[in-house]
Amino acid sequence: MALDKFGIAKRIAKELKDGMYVNLGIGIPTLVANYIPQDITVVFQSENGILGMGPYPEEAAIDADLINAGKETVTVIPGGAFFDSAESFGMIRAGKIDLTVLGAMEVSEQGDIANWKIPGKMVKGMGGAMDLVASAKNIIVAMMHTNPKGESKLLPQCSLPLTGVGCVKRVVTELAVLSITPNGFQLLERAPGVTVEEIIAKTAGKLIVPEFVPEMDI
Amino acid sequence: MNKVFNNAIEATADIKNGATIMLGGFGLNGIPENCIAALVKHNVLDLTCISNNAGVDDFGLGLLLQTKQIKKMISSYVGENALFEKQLLSGELEVDLVPQGTLATSIQMAAMGIPAYFTPAGVGTEIAIGKEVREFDGKMYLMEKAIHADFAIVKAWKGDKAGNLVFRKATRNFSTSMAKAGNITIVEVEHLLEPGAIDPDEVDVAGVYVHRIFQGGNYQKRIERRTTKI
Repeated sequence: MALDKFGIAKRIAKELKDGMYVNLGIGIPTLVANYIPQDITVVFQSENGILGMGPYPEEAAIDADLINAGKETVTVIPGGAFFDSAESFGMIRAGKIDLTVLGAMEVSEQGDIANWKIPGKMVKGMGGAMDLVASAKNIIVAMMHTNPKGESKLLPQCSLPLTGVGCVKRVVTELAVLSITPNGFQLLERAPGVTVEEIIAKTAGKLIVPEFVPEMDI
Repeated sequence: MNKVFNNAIEATADIKNGATIMLGGFGLNGIPENCIAALVKHNVLDLTCISNNAGVDDFGLGLLLQTKQIKKMISSYVGENALFEKQLLSGELEVDLVPQGTLATSIQMAAMGIPAYFTPAGVGTEIAIGKEVREFDGKMYLMEKAIHADFAIVKAWKGDKAGNLVFRKATRNFSTSMAKAGNITIVEVEHLLEPGAIDPDEVDVAGVYVHRIFQGGNYQKRIERRTTKI
């Protein structure tokens, strides 16, 4: 059975390692924070100037001066810090953030990503995405395998305006975990109960399928 | 030297049609509410506004969009404002969408007297068109220029009459850099204090950058997404 968005987040949380500094994009990526393994410590960076971003506050503790990059009210954990946007993107570009998780509309078999514009229809702006994908050591995309029309989002080439070139390392969808290699997408894992055939059918880009594809362990 | 003004109306009185203004804040967080209301009252037109976002339809910079006082926006994300997106798609509003880090850094570079710099953000995308691309140590970078403005308008938590500013929590965002970059910097504060009330150790933006300061009030501090623990 294909995962839901919580399942995707849960699987991505398994990539977290103790001591990592992590930036989570808006949408499905924010859910990753709910599944941090108990035995590790991870520090979340919010691009608007927070290190040690914590969970949503209790009603009484809501503070309008404390929001995340998605404009939601949040808290800050003990040992956290505040700084300005210039410093925030400085630390991002200088490679201090170990892992970036973000959504996408399209990913190409070379690791290109498009997630900020649909010409003529949706032009909300790129926000911090271009900085993040150009700088992070490790980028994981969390997205559905196909778009609402049923078309594959894993393509030979992106058709939408690019956010970044050759930067995505790993993709987790409701069907699979894939990595990007010099030879295209490589299928690493399939969602419990999902067949390799279904994944092949829904992946338009070049897909390397090993003999044995394990199920995700979540 | 007296930097203290009585209110937003007086502090923004000489802003003319066609001015370029940087406005601090991230979404509705830390925005200069009093000055935005004053700009609406003054009905100054054909503004070029540099701000990370465009507020929401009925608050923040959205108020200046409603009254069609803005000719051009320079921002990184305008998704929370449906009117903005509509004016952008219809061509009514000129928009430069700039990566958030590039926007913050270009403003910071103006504050630091640096005319241009190189960043990896946007290499290989449509925003690289027309820009110099250079390689450093095997990686490609775009040349971006500092961004200046006639006026920088920000809101701080505390400020003293010498212009020193202290910010609170996530409200630093673009405001600290903008305060330092503006040709004329106007600051509204929640608490206006005498020099000496703010410890030099505590200062986020030193008074040298600030030209006008006034005691603000009636802050709505609206929250776009009021999320709480489940």
